[in-house]
Amino acid sequence: MMFNEEFETMPREALESIQLRRLQATVARVYNAVPFYRRRFDEAGVAPADIRTLADLRKLPFTYKADLRDSYPYGMFAVPMELVTRIHASSGTTGKPTVVGYTTRDIQTWAELMARTLAAAGTRRDDIVHNAYGYGLFTGGLGVHYGAEKLGASVIPISGGNTKRQVMIMKDFGPTVLTCTPSYALHVAEAAEEMGVSFRDLRFKAGIFGAEPWSERMRREIERKLNLKAMDVYGLSEVMGPGVAIECIEAQDGLHIFEDHFIPEIINPQTGEALPYGTPGELVFTTITKEAFPVIRYRTRDLSVLHPEPCRCGRTMVRMGRIQGRSDDMLIIRGVNVFPSQIESVIMETRRFAPHYQLVVERVGTLDQLTVLVEVDESLFSDAIKNLQSIERDLEKNIRETLGVTTRVRLVEPKSIQRSEGKAVRVIDKRTI
Amino acid sequence: MNVKQLSIFLENKPGRMAEVTRIFEAGRINIRALALADTSEFGILRVIVNDNEKAQRLLKEHGYTVGVTEVVAVEVEDRPGGLHRILAALSEDQINVEYMYAFVRQSGRNAVLIFRFDDVAAAAKRLSAEGVRIIDGQDLYAM
Repeated sequence: MMFNEEFETMPREALESIQLRRLQATVARVYNAVPFYRRRFDEAGVAPADIRTLADLRKLPFTYKADLRDSYPYGMFAVPMELVTRIHASSGTTGKPTVVGYTTRDIQTWAELMARTLAAAGTRRDDIVHNAYGYGLFTGGLGVHYGAEKLGASVIPISGGNTKRQVMIMKDFGPTVLTCTPSYALHVAEAAEEMGVSFRDLRFKAGIFGAEPWSERMRREIERKLNLKAMDVYGLSEVMGPGVAIECIEAQDGLHIFEDHFIPEIINPQTGEALPYGTPGELVFTTITKEAFPVIRYRTRDLSVLHPEPCRCGRTMVRMGRIQGRSDDMLIIRGVNVFPSQIESVIMETRRFAPHYQLVVERVGTLDQLTVLVEVDESLFSDAIKNLQSIERDLEKNIRETLGVTTRVRLVEPKSIQRSEGKAVRVIDKRTI
Repeated sequence: MNVKQLSIFLENKPGRMAEVTRIFEAGRINIRALALADTSEFGILRVIVNDNEKAQRLLKEHGYTVGVTEVVAVEVEDRPGGLHRILAALSEDQINVEYMYAFVRQSGRNAVLIFRFDDVAAAAKRLSAEGVRIIDGQDLYAM
């Protein structure tokens, strides 16, 4: 199902010529309107006129999260405030949030891309969207909201939190499409089970889950527990918000990036070198239609891979693989690189369930020690100590064999690991170096 | 005939047991027998109560992981050699005791042993053959 078939299935050649025209216009505009970009381009010895082909994009310097933070709050805006009609901000877990702005046209573009996103996940005009992404400074709630309205679907603006009430509304209002973070989807499933509500009796057919990394196994768990098809959505407020890329319901195999608005690259996070299609690395985005807050070669820190092969849904746009982790969430434990998502897949491989888990890193003496806390649920539990201990040993062994790092696995009581209605807290780093 | 035991996963930290007993008190749940197995980090509280279903529901409502296990309760004479006679018979048949605990009944001179077997049927058969009295679940809950 497509909202904008003309663009979504455009032949590559035509798409690339649009991209080049839009890129050139964006580069010229930021050079003239944002002192930061002018300074950076000058330092790198590159002028807007040097961008003659799409490959010339690589001549431009990267933009980092720290650059956005240094220009707090409005330093990176490319239009005067009178043209800005919306402001959002990222969660800002470390220090100040990152503030982003939108013009009226930016909001329309975003709504269009979210309408495409919802349609790709199977949403039609007669669907009811239960939107449990947070409304507020976070882009999730309003992003989905405007997209659903643009598409013509009915949207329930429930926002996050008050899970029991959410379950009641799911039962009574009959929503057919669920939008929230994947960890919240599992949280709702748990709550519904406790309330004696079965998703078999609800009307959901599809869910659009994002804003945090998840895995294939977690997808199967969600699809089984919530009785719907689960699609991965990607976006970040610095680039726009949700709706940068979405999986299609036909293939559920990689997220189509809306390349008529964003140019993706994959680079080596250490060297900055651009990598070819099919090679994993850090995702970098350049926006080519945004007015208020364009970004040039923005380092997302998200690790992924790009696949150019055509998809059976008919879209011609490149697909990005599931986020494999973050280049800055990467833990280095005694010299070994560890991503939380890797530990998660080992747990699921070993025990065949989607765990609530948390990694705690401590420095004991001079050694880093990684403890993996795993909540015991009924599928894991046994009345015999030796069985529980052997679960711990099995997990430790499998993590060691798969990742090459020694960990201590500890079973903990259900719900003892911090839950967030939004993003799961997967790593606690207590090391003071 | 067999007895249902609830097993509750607890982290080994102060107040966790008291939280369970508080839930039982509020729910008017009476504990018939109890044993705690523990490691340095977690423990399993095994209890036999007067109302399994209610106790299980209350614990789940409070977010506990609860398992239901079939155990065998037998009555032995409260005198030297009483337990040995039973264990010797089980050992003869190579029946493994996963764990066990005991309490003494207020009435009478007999003790009650709670056994967890891998092979409940084989164990029950041998114990009956030995003339050991196996206590029915309903009798134990109502004791």
